[in-house]
Amino acid sequence: MKYLNPNRLYHALGRRKFLEFTLFTVFLLFFYSPLMNTVMLAFANVYRVPAVIPQQFGFQWWSFILSKESLMSSIFNSFVIAIVATAVSLIICVPAAYALSRYQFRGRRVLMFSYLLTNAFPKMGLYVSMGILFYKFNLMGTFAGVIIVHIINTLMFMVWLPMGALRNIHRQQEEAARDVGATPLQVFRKVTLPMAMPGIAVASIFTFLGSLEESEGTMLVGFPQINTMATEMYGVISDYPATAGAVFALILIVPSLLILFLFRKYIKPDSVFGGVKIK
Amino acid sequence: MRSPKVQLKRVTKKYANGDGVENINLEIYEGEILTLLGPSGCGKTTLLRILGGFNAIDDGEVLINGNNVVQLAPEKRPTAMVFQSYNLWPHMTVFENLAFGMKLRKMPRTQIKEAIKSMLDLLKMNGTEKKYPNQLSGGQQQRIAIARSLLLKPSVLLLDEPFSALDAKIRMQMREELKKIQAQLNITVMFVTHDQEEAMALSHRIVVMDKGKIAQVGTPTEIYDQPVSKYVASFIGEMNFIKEADGELAVRPENVRICSGNSGNYKGTITSIMILGHFASVHINYEGQDVKAFVARSASFELCETMPVSFELIKYQRYKKGA
Repeated sequence: MKYLNPNRLYHALGRRKFLEFTLFTVFLLFFYSPLMNTVMLAFANVYRVPAVIPQQFGFQWWSFILSKESLMSSIFNSFVIAIVATAVSLIICVPAAYALSRYQFRGRRVLMFSYLLTNAFPKMGLYVSMGILFYKFNLMGTFAGVIIVHIINTLMFMVWLPMGALRNIHRQQEEAARDVGATPLQVFRKVTLPMAMPGIAVASIFTFLGSLEESEGTMLVGFPQINTMATEMYGVISDYPATAGAVFALILIVPSLLILFLFRKYIKPDSVFGGVKIK
Repeated sequence: MRSPKVQLKRVTKKYANGDGVENINLEIYEGEILTLLGPSGCGKTTLLRILGGFNAIDDGEVLINGNNVVQLAPEKRPTAMVFQSYNLWPHMTVFENLAFGMKLRKMPRTQIKEAIKSMLDLLKMNGTEKKYPNQLSGGQQQRIAIARSLLLKPSVLLLDEPFSALDAKIRMQMREELKKIQAQLNITVMFVTHDQEEAMALSHRIVVMDKGKIAQVGTPTEIYDQPVSKYVASFIGEMNFIKEADGELAVRPENVRICSGNSGNYKGTITSIMILGHFASVHINYEGQDVKAFVARSASFELCETMPVSFELIKYQRYKKGA
């Protein structure tokens, strides 16, 4: 510990380095300590509040969570819903993005701006008014209803990001493909889509992860018939000790981490911010 | 060489803003390089895109090999186009770029490989098969784009200012290469440019266009020596215009000869002399008008500024007022 004495460090590192070092340490603590705390709590058998370190470590809550059938089925539900929501969203949004990137028409800007609106309202208010409509169309408590809520949440990303990617494709590149003998559909499949793939991939990841962690809308529309990991989380936190919540949170993180890892080469500032332009 | 490969008959295409082409009649013969030359907005690119099938026409006929192609989509036409830039697909390697069209035509793989190899040999680009377009220079990219077009053995190769994005030295080199390859393969080429020097250097025939209409068609020599209008005369090469009572004389600087003593018909004063390598450019003030003359460097030593001189016109065109 002697060599961690601040005074000693200050003189050893020099003023500039010392400040950088301090700032970096604060940043790391701020950023990672909640996460580390969650990990620590997840492997605690007994934890009482004023203490920082749990009183007893173990896997007790893991076996509890994994043995709860409703929790396990909610994980399955979450993935099915996320996959379907992403797929449907792609089918709806990519053609829309293509149209917005290629054709000039009246009201184009207004339309693009309208995608932002769903994100501008307080979510709960939006869900309540949607709920009224959903009752009318018998969508309450149905799989389709939940999917619609999830899609509405990510509509903006799913249109804007692919649109930015599509707009970076030059018309000549598509025309050259027509010229060498590709039909419009072949051009889209072999040239346009592959070239826009980074943008579309990032948007899909957003949608997929967004759907995995969406809880408010799912609760309102799907409860109690449809349970996802995110809605179960509420139950776990309110009914069981913090340690159970920590275990569940860790399980929730795994798919997100996995996906981010798999698609890390697509997730670059370019492909994310290149798309966010209104023009 | 003399059978028409492409015929345009009364082709008209008007845009909402008034640009476009009007009543174009033109024939392109097998094995020739025909250049469409004109300032931007004159309709030259429109005409090229009409041939390629990218612009629909309002009226007229387009015949390639005697068949009317007006109704055909670009992918059905026996044409191949090279654009000014962004020709290649960045997610494909050079090989995949080149093979794309042939694969669509269901050519056997071995045949595709052979064709690409010999094409790359022809363009001195062998060894680039596995590279991606962004690993090539601008000139190399255009070369691959031309190769991709040639591989499909088009009836007519359409080039839309393919070298204008390249720097001057590469541009010259590409021109020479294109001409060599064209002669070797005896392909029919329609070339669009706004660069009159490029048009003169490349073409068998030049079509000078003005506001959607053809101003003159002819060999580079005809266009240079006998421009039919003041517009053509001013667009190609350097030209002096000397005002007269009922019109104008157009005379090239190399056709203005400075005479010894007072023997020339025109008299003026030298305003400036510029040495431009093996020749000098001499500006003469003739009755308030500026006349430029090209003089051999050795002869320019006898001249100096503010010196009164006389000159004569060896060859000139006369245009009536309003022509």
